[in-house]
Amino acid sequence: MAVTVGDLAPNFQLPASPDPQSGASNVHLADLRGKVVYLDFWASWCGPCKQSFPWMNEMQSRYGKQGLTVLAVDVDVHSDDARAFLAELAPGFRVAFDTQGVTPKQYAIRGMPTSILIGPDGKVLLVHNGFRTDETADVEAGIRQALTHMQN
Amino acid sequence: MHRPITILAAAAALLCAGCAHVQPPQPWEKAELARPVMRMDTDPLESEFFSHVYFSKEDSKGGSGVGGGGCGCN
Repeated sequence: MAVTVGDLAPNFQLPASPDPQSGASNVHLADLRGKVVYLDFWASWCGPCKQSFPWMNEMQSRYGKQGLTVLAVDVDVHSDDARAFLAELAPGFRVAFDTQGVTPKQYAIRGMPTSILIGPDGKVLLVHNGFRTDETADVEAGIRQALTHMQN
Repeated sequence: MHRPITILAAAAALLCAGCAHVQPPQPWEKAELARPVMRMDTDPLESEFFSHVYFSKEDSKGGSGVGGGGCGCN
């Protein structure tokens, strides 16, 4: 069953790039409760995923202070494949690694990339399939909307 | 005496199932399929030209799309 708007986002724990504050090398979705989370599933072999990285960087730097956390889950079977990708695109957000494909199955994503916007209460606010530059404005509006909820 | 028939029946049943038990890959499992070597065509530019000519020639029956046009304009 695919995760839909209003559902509680399934929790997971994955190895990840070190947390800039605590230095933790694991990421636990439940720990991000209270923040707006932009969860993105990507892989190094996926073209649109590559396109989405600069945009996600932009979102993280623009809305990070207001409480947005971008978390990009790599679903490459070999994390090594992702290394060159990450070196080139230099994400300014945390990247988690799921080589077993557990989390994409949990969320039953329908395509690559898929992004899921999670509110501070842990509920899914938006599910977005694919990445197209003409759709980014809508997703950004969703993020902004979610952040206003947080301040209330 | 019945053994060969049983074996034959079992083999036939297996063959009938064919590839039905093979599940299509999930969206996050398409790494191998995304490799350039997995393309159906050898040269993207060539296939682009081919489809352009094909579409023009076969426009009356809808080209490579659906439905029939017939005006010959594209």
